[in-house]
Amino acid sequence: MTATASAGPLLAVRGVKTYYGNIIALKGVDIDVRQGEIVTLIGANGAGKSTLMMTIFGNPRAREGAITFAGQDITNLPTHEIARLSIAQSPEGRRIFGRMTVYENLQMGAGVTGMRHFGEDIEKIFTLFPRLRERRDQRGGTLSGGEQQMLAIGRALMSRPRLLLLDEPSLGLAPIIVRGIFEAIRRLNREEGLTVFLVEQNAFHALKLAHRGYVMVNGVVTLSGSGRDLLANPQVRAAYLEGGHH
Amino acid sequence: MQAETARMSVPAAIKDALLAALVMLGLSVPMLAWRTEQNMSNELILVPRWGAVAIACAIVFAGRLALSLFVWNRRAGARSVRVTRLLSIAGRAALAAAGALAFIACALVAWSLGHQASWIAIAAMAMVVAFLALLATFIVKASIGFEAARAYLAPAFLGFIAIFPIVAIHYAGWQGALKWIDNFGIQILIYVTLGWGLNIVVGLAGLLDLGYVAFYAVGAYSYALLAKQFGLSFWLLMPLAAILAAFWGILLGFPVLRLRGDYLAIVTLAFGEIIRLVLINWVDFSNGYAGISGIPRPSFFGIPFNADDDGFSAVFGLEFSPVYRTIFLYYLIFCLALLIAFVTTRLRRLPIGRAWEALREDEIACRALGINTVNTKLTAFAIGAGFGGLAGSFFAARQGFISPESFVFMESAMILAIVVLGGMGSLIGCAMAAILMIGGTELMRELDFLKTGFNIPGLGLSIPGFGADFDPTQYRMLLFGLAMVLIMIWKPRGLISTREPSIFYREKKAVSGSLVKEGHG
Repeated sequence: MTATASAGPLLAVRGVKTYYGNIIALKGVDIDVRQGEIVTLIGANGAGKSTLMMTIFGNPRAREGAITFAGQDITNLPTHEIARLSIAQSPEGRRIFGRMTVYENLQMGAGVTGMRHFGEDIEKIFTLFPRLRERRDQRGGTLSGGEQQMLAIGRALMSRPRLLLLDEPSLGLAPIIVRGIFEAIRRLNREEGLTVFLVEQNAFHALKLAHRGYVMVNGVVTLSGSGRDLLANPQVRAAYLEGGHH
Repeated sequence: MQAETARMSVPAAIKDALLAALVMLGLSVPMLAWRTEQNMSNELILVPRWGAVAIACAIVFAGRLALSLFVWNRRAGARSVRVTRLLSIAGRAALAAAGALAFIACALVAWSLGHQASWIAIAAMAMVVAFLALLATFIVKASIGFEAARAYLAPAFLGFIAIFPIVAIHYAGWQGALKWIDNFGIQILIYVTLGWGLNIVVGLAGLLDLGYVAFYAVGAYSYALLAKQFGLSFWLLMPLAAILAAFWGILLGFPVLRLRGDYLAIVTLAFGEIIRLVLINWVDFSNGYAGISGIPRPSFFGIPFNADDDGFSAVFGLEFSPVYRTIFLYYLIFCLALLIAFVTTRLRRLPIGRAWEALREDEIACRALGINTVNTKLTAFAIGAGFGGLAGSFFAARQGFISPESFVFMESAMILAIVVLGGMGSLIGCAMAAILMIGGTELMRELDFLKTGFNIPGLGLSIPGFGADFDPTQYRMLLFGLAMVLIMIWKPRGLISTREPSIFYREKKAVSGSLVKEGHG
């Protein structure tokens, strides 16, 4: 990992406004993700969390504001070029290549870095998610939801990213699987120093995992703070945590 | 036996079959029951055909009954033991024989009805052939296993195609072989080539292209015009035609980059038509409907195939015969097909080929993984079109005459059908579908017995024919439709639906999994 990012945040979102046609989805969002952090963005359905995630990747494009990654303005870069700047994404809905095998899916993830570290990296993924090793020659579409999520994260990691964007990794998964996946994210952060930006509806788990968190309501960030503070915040508790832990 | 209990009981099956026959009755009354004819005084009259309705209903009844008694629900029982499998093969063979017998019986009963008897005899023959083919495949699968059967498929295929002209000459003689090599061999191989070209666009990259024939036309006209105007050699123009077609592929690719699925299909369809209409209307350029004739034929590395003293036959001390050129063309298109197959299998293992397949699966994920989808689509269009152009230049050289008639939408549909029926992405599946569809069409021209009628030797029976006016090729589309429906029922993902992974995991034996786990790689 390079140490250049100490100068500023690795990812900086400044006053970003995004529209779907004429409908505004993000009404000026500011978010920082610093090197080595896990940052989470929580919020209800339709708050604009996934829109922000997609805006960072340039689709839809931010109509106002700026997004910088490691000091470089990426607001108007094409999606695939953003991906080549070692930002990896595990998109919403996982988007596994269904007819390709697990192994091929992982190979697709290594497209950015080429095949130089391929063997080494894939061993690392298989160590992180041993289930993927068992399923390596199985078609992606035949995996269970949890395995698909592991594959989506593994595929994203194959590009040796500096920043990993995760969009709702817990969506539709059993609690025990969610715990496993969040544990893997924590390990990646601790042992590899991987910076993670996590969009989640599952506020409890996300805030427990993250160093810092943002709360988004109707396209605006209304609250921010350390994961622990937000977990204790009465507003957050009332809006997102009541009714038990998911 | 467990399998028996899971099957439909006989009374229930009969009831079900009666219901199906009733539906058929309802359907056949408006379609079959009356025929309009002109009588002596030129008035339109209705001729009742209740016999035909009865036969249609009887066929539906018998077929439905056989299906529900013998075929459906057969998976319910345990079939793991090899003996059971062999038994089921024997059972199917018996079913085949029973079905064929039933149809022959029907044919005999309906014999007095004249023409209809021929139809039923044909149906019975088709059944017998189909079931013999089924039986053969089942026996092969049962004796060597499915995987092994697949492994032998491609080499067996290639071997047969390689020796086909020799076989044809052996059985049909030098003159008779001409038709088989040209109409069957070359024709099928052209479509195999086209199918493999389109396979890149549709099968691998997942871009539905309904105008593929445009690139075939570009290739054909490129060769025809450049060869006639500038007298350039076939060997030079063939790659040039491919490059020009690829260029047009990119030209089509640009405006349709953002489109997928139905929208893409419509635009490509229009593109195919535009090329054809330009060829028709730009008479100065392409000679319009009249087409281009006298296109130079390819030579054997400089030695022309003609009766002259420096012609192929004379040089090699052979008696002159057009069959040499045909054989040469056959092996030429065979080599082209092999080249395309080789390039395709190589490309699939390269980043670009993997990107095509990933694009077919999920475009958004592709972009998120840093794949430039614009380049990926354009290369798919260009390479697919280039192969189409290659086939087109060969087509022009083989025919010696081309016109816009050869590049109608029907051709695009045919090529697409070959790719889809073959199983998107599978080369061997494409080849099988091409043989089935093109070979089947050509075979229909050979069915002279349908005109003249035929005798069943053992029984001393003779089945009347349909008369000299009857043209079996007119039923081409009907049979196409039938074949397509059947394949979509039994093999909805195409003849060869399993996708061969382009890469396999090589287990690292030196480091065991448990050790890696401890050390965190």
